[in-house]
Amino acid sequence: MSRIDVRKTYKLYIGGAFPRSESGRSYVVNDAKGKLLANASQASRKDARDAVVAARAAFGGWSGRTAYNRAQVVYRIAEVLEGRREQFEAEIRASEGVTAARARAAVDASVDRLVWYAGWADKITQVVGNANPVAGPYFNLSTPEPSGVIAVVAPSGPLLGLVSVVAPLIVTGNTVVVIASEDHPLPSITLGEVMATSDLPGGVVNVLTGSQAEIAPWLASHMDVNGLDLTGVTDVELASELEVAAADNLKRVRRPAPDTDWLVEPDLDRMTRFLETKTVWHPIGV
Amino acid sequence: MYDDIVRSDSSLRRFLHGLPGVDQVGCEARAAGLATRSIKTTAKAFAIDLAIRMVDLTTLEGQDTHGKVRALASKAMRPDPADPSCPATAAVCVYPDMVATARQTLGDSGVHVAAVATAFPSGRAAMDIKLADTRDAVEAGADEIDMVIDRGAFLSGRYLDVYEEIAQVKEACGDAHLKVIFETGELQTYDNVRRASWLAMMAGGHFIKTSTGKVQPAATLPVTLIMLEAVRDFREQTGQMVGVKPAGGIKTTKDAIKYLVMVNEICGEDWLDPDWFRFGASTLLNDLLMQRTKMTTGRYSGPDYFTLD
Repeated sequence: MSRIDVRKTYKLYIGGAFPRSESGRSYVVNDAKGKLLANASQASRKDARDAVVAARAAFGGWSGRTAYNRAQVVYRIAEVLEGRREQFEAEIRASEGVTAARARAAVDASVDRLVWYAGWADKITQVVGNANPVAGPYFNLSTPEPSGVIAVVAPSGPLLGLVSVVAPLIVTGNTVVVIASEDHPLPSITLGEVMATSDLPGGVVNVLTGSQAEIAPWLASHMDVNGLDLTGVTDVELASELEVAAADNLKRVRRPAPDTDWLVEPDLDRMTRFLETKTVWHPIGV
Repeated sequence: MYDDIVRSDSSLRRFLHGLPGVDQVGCEARAAGLATRSIKTTAKAFAIDLAIRMVDLTTLEGQDTHGKVRALASKAMRPDPADPSCPATAAVCVYPDMVATARQTLGDSGVHVAAVATAFPSGRAAMDIKLADTRDAVEAGADEIDMVIDRGAFLSGRYLDVYEEIAQVKEACGDAHLKVIFETGELQTYDNVRRASWLAMMAGGHFIKTSTGKVQPAATLPVTLIMLEAVRDFREQTGQMVGVKPAGGIKTTKDAIKYLVMVNEICGEDWLDPDWFRFGASTLLNDLLMQRTKMTTGRYSGPDYFTLD
């Protein structure tokens, strides 16, 4: 007798848990040949709101950890991802229709990217911080601080793209609400499972799947979101609308980057864009 | 009309124990069923404004200062400084020694000053101390008194003692309104909640209130449902209206709207008024304001934009 398939339900990843969409909706995800692959949750604006609440609640604890500890956690994500690489390769091949070699290369690059950013966690302060020379008996120190809750529209490269936009934000202490690739959401949710088992506190990364055009405007106008990363927005009109909506509470905005080659080693910009500089004056000799 | 009943401990006990028992499963299912109603758009806007008008903005901490009470009173008068159309809350609720400060800040704004008296929250003090506590608060300018019943006496069946206590405190209140707190989290059974409701109403309480907020569980939907049924039945029998105040644990707009739906369904529209239904709360107000802002501006708001207390 043949065994019945155990099919996976792809849900959202909010606050360390995997809830279905509050709206009860789901949408069909097809493989590269147009055949049904799975049903994914279609997040609503209320899921986005819940995700922001979870991210805000997680921010104090996560940003308060030592940079060294954040590095350890991100490194741990890389470890767990490495251990589940076969599942990711299979999902990438199924959803994008690429060769086994390309899928393996994407997973390799994702693991390497996580390790690369993990290494930066306790070094970025030395690079972008400074002891400023001032005309007076003071130490004057500038140090980077995380901006807060960052809403991200992830690019369509399902695993590498998502890792490349999320890792630089969390190593610096931000918390993230990310809208996964609309066409290839499955590896994103599996990555959520990896993060849930990697000592990453619940709420530091929240993954929503569904319509970019539906959810992004709510995050862009949300007064409790501090930054907006539009990397994965391909619609120019939508991008400018989101930028306008983000202006109300002076969010930091990163413009769309549709043609990025994710295999190339990145620069520091993805980390520094969502950092604030804090400068303190301290009297010398007291 | 209840003179015969309250003549002796045994007649009072006979009456209270003769009240129909509460069907626990049915009561909880009914409360859960009412909580599923979907309230949207204009109805939600109405509910939010009504809920703000029903809030007894409360601070009952050992660390309360006069400054904090002044800030709270200012917030009660104008909860959202950015929006003058936002209504004031019903009252501020403080300890008796803070009443004068609250009264001074509120002036004749129409926001009431409620004081918790009678050795709140435990209620463990001698009767004359409880009465003095009440008189003090009223003299300082409180126009509402929140008293706690002696749960020990109630649970050991000395109902007449509890009745006398409420009646005496009511006398000490003078013109001030009296709210009677049961601390339902300590009453053990739903039957006891129903008995306590009738006891307090017969003794002349203007309001019956679930909890002090110091004991878990505090207000719950089923408990409030039983109390709402009691005030509804009491009006049917006597023609007198009594108010209900759930307090403690109501933190979100969604929760508050569930309570309002229940008030409307059990008691009817007459009770949908700050004179007859109140929320004892502190954090609830900010959530109501955030939801209100969301409805007027069309975007989600954040806790950064509202005062902490």
